[in-house]
Amino acid sequence: MSASRDTTRSPLEPSATSRRIAAFLIILYASIAFIPMVLIVSTAFKSVTDAISYPPKIISEPSLEGFVNLFTQRTRQSAEYLETLPPPKTWYEEIVRKRNMVIAGPSRFIQRFVNSIIIGFGATFFSVFFGTIAAYAFSRFRIPLKNDLLFFVLSTRMFPPIAAAVPIFLMYRKLGLSDSHLGMIMLYTVVNLSLSVWLLKGFIDEIPKEYEDAAMVDGYSRMSAFFKIILPQAATGIAATAIFCLIFAWNEYAFAILLTFREAQTLPPFIPTIIGEGGLDWPAISAATMIFLLPVVVFTVLLKKHLLRGITFGAVKR
Amino acid sequence: MSEVKIENVSKQFGEINAVSNLSFTVNDGEFVVLLGPTGAGKTTTLRLIAGLEQADEGKIFIGNEDVTQAQPAKRDVAFVFQQYSLYPNYTVYNNLAFPLRSPLRSLSKDQIDKTVRDIAKTLHIEDKLKNKATHLSGGEMQRVALGRALVREPNIFLMDEPLSSLDAKLREELRLELKNIQVQLGATLLFVTHDHVEATTMADRIGIIKEGTLIQIDPPEKIYNDPNSVYVATKLGSPKINVIPSRLLNMELPANVEYTAFRPEKVSLNSKGTLDARIETIQNLGVEEIVSMSFMGEIIRAVVKPESISKSDKDIKITIRKDDMLFFDKESQRVYL
Ligand SMILES: Nc1ncnc2c1ncn2[C@@H]1O[C@H](COP(=O)(O)OP(=O)(O)OP(=O)(O)O)[C@@H](O)[C@H]1O
Ligand SMILES: [Mg+2]
Repeated sequence: MSASRDTTRSPLEPSATSRRIAAFLIILYASIAFIPMVLIVSTAFKSVTDAISYPPKIISEPSLEGFVNLFTQRTRQSAEYLETLPPPKTWYEEIVRKRNMVIAGPSRFIQRFVNSIIIGFGATFFSVFFGTIAAYAFSRFRIPLKNDLLFFVLSTRMFPPIAAAVPIFLMYRKLGLSDSHLGMIMLYTVVNLSLSVWLLKGFIDEIPKEYEDAAMVDGYSRMSAFFKIILPQAATGIAATAIFCLIFAWNEYAFAILLTFREAQTLPPFIPTIIGEGGLDWPAISAATMIFLLPVVVFTVLLKKHLLRGITFGAVKR
Repeated sequence: MSEVKIENVSKQFGEINAVSNLSFTVNDGEFVVLLGPTGAGKTTTLRLIAGLEQADEGKIFIGNEDVTQAQPAKRDVAFVFQQYSLYPNYTVYNNLAFPLRSPLRSLSKDQIDKTVRDIAKTLHIEDKLKNKATHLSGGEMQRVALGRALVREPNIFLMDEPLSSLDAKLREELRLELKNIQVQLGATLLFVTHDHVEATTMADRIGIIKEGTLIQIDPPEKIYNDPNSVYVATKLGSPKINVIPSRLLNMELPANVEYTAFRPEKVSLNSKGTLDARIETIQNLGVEEIVSMSFMGEIIRAVVKPESISKSDKDIKITIRKDDMLFFDKESQRVYL
């Protein structure tokens, strides 16, 4: 036994050097991945002129013009007319007035944002809800043609969903589901369901069925055993699945642009249509993008504890 | 507590006959142990009684009521599983209280609390009540699992190797404790084990099970002294019973007798013996010794007092009284003379 041997580190753990290399690579990757975010946030707080100035300004006077433009509709007025108006009462009227405009009313952004929330979270809820029930059944019961059914569920994702766009478009028009919240929730639920059934089945398979056996012998129905024992155990998997489903439903663009235009339009097709004077209003678009990113970030952070374990697909034993 | 009767029950898993045509009764207040090798169908038998498996054929009665089709919760049995059965999201306390909180039993909070604490004390886990079920050692988990059954007063306790992951000392302690509890409560108990010592010390009756069929079910002494087949004879006793071809013994026996068996402690070593044997090895166990001898190409083991043999002499004579011999036919079934 040599006295100088370092035994503080378990042989299974990576060495200090490899840790440092790993950390360096992660920081490098994170910085590159972060550039678009920085651009979005910095542009959101620029004035319209700064945003399109050439050469581009890295640092500029912070301005809320983008946000004001995003939330309002404005009309340009002649200088003579503007002089007849009383001085602006609020800070946002003032920003608008500087550009020789007056606020004509709120924009449609909030309504589109609410649509995204309803459709995104609605579809996530139903994907996870039906996914959990189906996964439980596939995991626990003897079902005729179980493997064929599971393969069928998976096969719905073997071609890109948008390949079915034309039939869905025609079907939705006939059924009056075009441009409706219900239609979009149904569509995203169906697309997400195969992912959610398969993911959750993996998680539920990991939960020993002795738990339900024990609970049923202890005087509970299968239903209450499911709620009392299985559901808490599956929380990790459900959280991970919910995040995947939300990310898809929230970001989906192709179906949204095809099937929604007014009532149920979501943010992805709406944001690129935010037009300012003489071209795109980049600060407003950036502000919209920033707000668009927030719910997924918040949702992910809230479920982070579960997600970290969940992403290993149940490989980590409790 | 109730009598539990199973009648001609069979259960198949695909091609495997896990249990075939099984019939036996566990009387009210009786402690029955099922003893058998791995894969014999012991767990399946318990699961059938609990209603966790549906019998393909046959009937199951609990207290004279036909429960063959009844849901597990309705049968009011308690089950200690072979593995995995503590609810991981609950504390030890809640695990123990869980069966008592079932909607089928309307117990007050105080009643539940008292029962849980009593049982925790009996099983020496009072100080673990607040632990999460996953933060326990294997032995503690097994005790909690045992406790979760003992908090109730079910029709029957079904226990699937509940002592298997405990250390020898605790195992012995709990063996006694369990037997005491069973006697006090007058509990009906069906207990599965691999361990023949566990079986003999606790059972009122032992059921020997092999490949899904029950070979013999009788009190331990009868299983030991009066087995109905070679298989049962070899199940109890350590070292194992000696089984040799009868023709080697040079005795007058009915023609159908093929094998003769005798317990190692019935073999006496002395100069007046009738059979010649040669000592191969001697294992010293302190109070006694296991002597392995070769006898006409067979191995015979004897359990003797250390002073009764001389260490120098390899060639010795042995005697076995005819009354101590058991005879079997060529199917290894018992032949009574
Ligand atoms: N759910 C199942 N599906 C398929 N086969 C099964 C199932 N459960 C048990 N078996 C089979 O039935 C037979 C009896 O199994 P069982 O679990 O009852 O054995 P056991 O006596 O409890 O064994 P052990 O001492 O190893 O626990 C075994 O061959 C086993 O492989
Ligand atoms: Mg078993």
